Amino acid sequence: MAEVEPVDEPILKVERIHSLIGKHHVLQGVSFQVDPGKVTVLLGRNGAGKSTTLRTIMGLLSPSQGTIRFKEQAIHHMKPYEISRLGIGFVPEDRGIFNLLTVEENFRVAMHQENGKTRERMETVFHIFPDLKKFWKATAGNLSGGQKQMLAIARPLVNRNELLLIDEPSKGLAPIIIDHLIDSINKLKEFTVVILVEQNFYMASSLGSDFYLFDDGRTVHHGQMEELVQNEELKKKYLGISG
Amino acid sequence: MDSPWKKWFPTLMVFAIFLSPLLLISPKTYITLTISGLAMGMLLFLVASGFSLIFGLLSVLNLAHGALFTWGAYIGFTSFGLINQWTGWGGSESIFLNITIFLLALLTAGLLVALLGVITERLVIRPVYGSHLFQIFITVGAMIVLEELVRIVWGPNDEVMPVPISFMGSYDLFDVVVSKYPLIAIAMGLIIYFVILMILRKTKLGTIVRAGVENPEMVQVMGHNIYRYFTGVFAVGSALAAIGGGMWATFVKSIHPAMGGEVIIFALIVAIIGGLGSITGSVVGALLVGLSYNYVAYLVPKAALGITMLLLVVILSIRPTGLFSEGT
Repeated sequence: MAEVEPVDEPILKVERIHSLIGKHHVLQGVSFQVDPGKVTVLLGRNGAGKSTTLRTIMGLLSPSQGTIRFKEQAIHHMKPYEISRLGIGFVPEDRGIFNLLTVEENFRVAMHQENGKTRERMETVFHIFPDLKKFWKATAGNLSGGQKQMLAIARPLVNRNELLLIDEPSKGLAPIIIDHLIDSINKLKEFTVVILVEQNFYMASSLGSDFYLFDDGRTVHHGQMEELVQNEELKKKYLGISG
Repeated sequence: MDSPWKKWFPTLMVFAIFLSPLLLISPKTYITLTISGLAMGMLLFLVASGFSLIFGLLSVLNLAHGALFTWGAYIGFTSFGLINQWTGWGGSESIFLNITIFLLALLTAGLLVALLGVITERLVIRPVYGSHLFQIFITVGAMIVLEELVRIVWGPNDEVMPVPISFMGSYDLFDVVVSKYPLIAIAMGLIIYFVILMILRKTKLGTIVRAGVENPEMVQVMGHNIYRYFTGVFAVGSALAAIGGGMWATFVKSIHPAMGGEVIIFALIVAIIGGLGSITGSVVGALLVGLSYNYVAYLVPKAALGITMLLLVVILSIRPTGLFSEGT
């Protein structure tokens, strides 16, 4: 798996996107950019539009306005499978595990190609998530919550994905598993740029370099994670966290 | 219900239906009825598996499936007739030539109906993906149109389905009369079942289809054009209906334009009993329906259709999602 090469341009640029779910105008002008070599965290209360933003980037929702550019290429009109093939991986909030398939089959579905490079990448996956090798032939539905989350995050790594969108990986996991997950995501930062949507501020602040705050379907504030950690007012106003 | 009981329920159900008629029927008659029931089951499996697979992946309740079955029977009828006219293989003493003409007729029916299925999916069903109510309306409409087209092309009357010479007659095994064609139908059904199962379990294509049955959105996000797979599954499901139609017609030795409407009810029951989307469920459901129908048709002929309905009610009351709702 090749490391992400540093370039000056942002790898992803989202400009004033609007998205609707049914009649609900969920995103009302979301703008942000993701720089190479960083973990960008999208934060905000429930319903602020973070997950909808990831789904819109992935092509699962079509934006009614605005543009999304991945490595300068417009992707907002593309289908999800085309976006995936450009090198964007997605780990949804519900993990998207194929519970009736084995761990091996889950990876097989995720592979765009099966060749020597894929096998090399699999070795990297096993290095980051060694438990998956033990459960290789197990039915994915029988894995624990933490193991399922590892599988969900590991699957996109079998392709040469340059950007990985991860939606609430800590959801429903015990604190000790969250620590383990933080270690794993820290390791995969070497190989791919990450956009993380996270409600757990401990995890978000442990992993994030840059942050964007969402409120009512808009990006309202952004900066470096260290600033947010020390800014009690922002945390209280937009995340409901004090102390 | 605790889990061991739940796990063994399909097996117990099969054994109960398989063995209980021995209390009321003589062993010789029982064997004849069982072979006939297994053959009917295997033919129903061909129709129901396509229906079930289409529902499992596309979430489409394709009520036009019965009309595709009818088209399969008629194309099989015509192609058998034409090939036989050129070659005379249907009337040949050679079993090999008999099997060849039979398979060629089924292959022609399968290919042409697969094409018809793709056209139906593209023109009729694709605009109503996600809306079951509209799917019911539009596929019933498609069924009527396709059935009327059969009347226009082949006429409204019943036709006698030609049968290869070596498929006719019966064997006498220890005083038990065993017809030849049901044995062929059972063998063909089993072969097709194992081929489908191998494709679904051992190939990447099959793995993606199984993943798509569970979560089509995630399959797209992983870089696969799910609509291409939808079309492919629709084509395969339609081809299975056509092969089922051709084989059913050979079984009952006649064809008529409304035959699909009659069989689709059985296919629906089989697919629901087995668990929509499951191929193994389809084969078990089809065998349960085929066997129980034949046993009851012998004992209480008027209750034959009723017993399949009763079977449906009993199974759904214990397993609301069918016997094999947990995969292929």
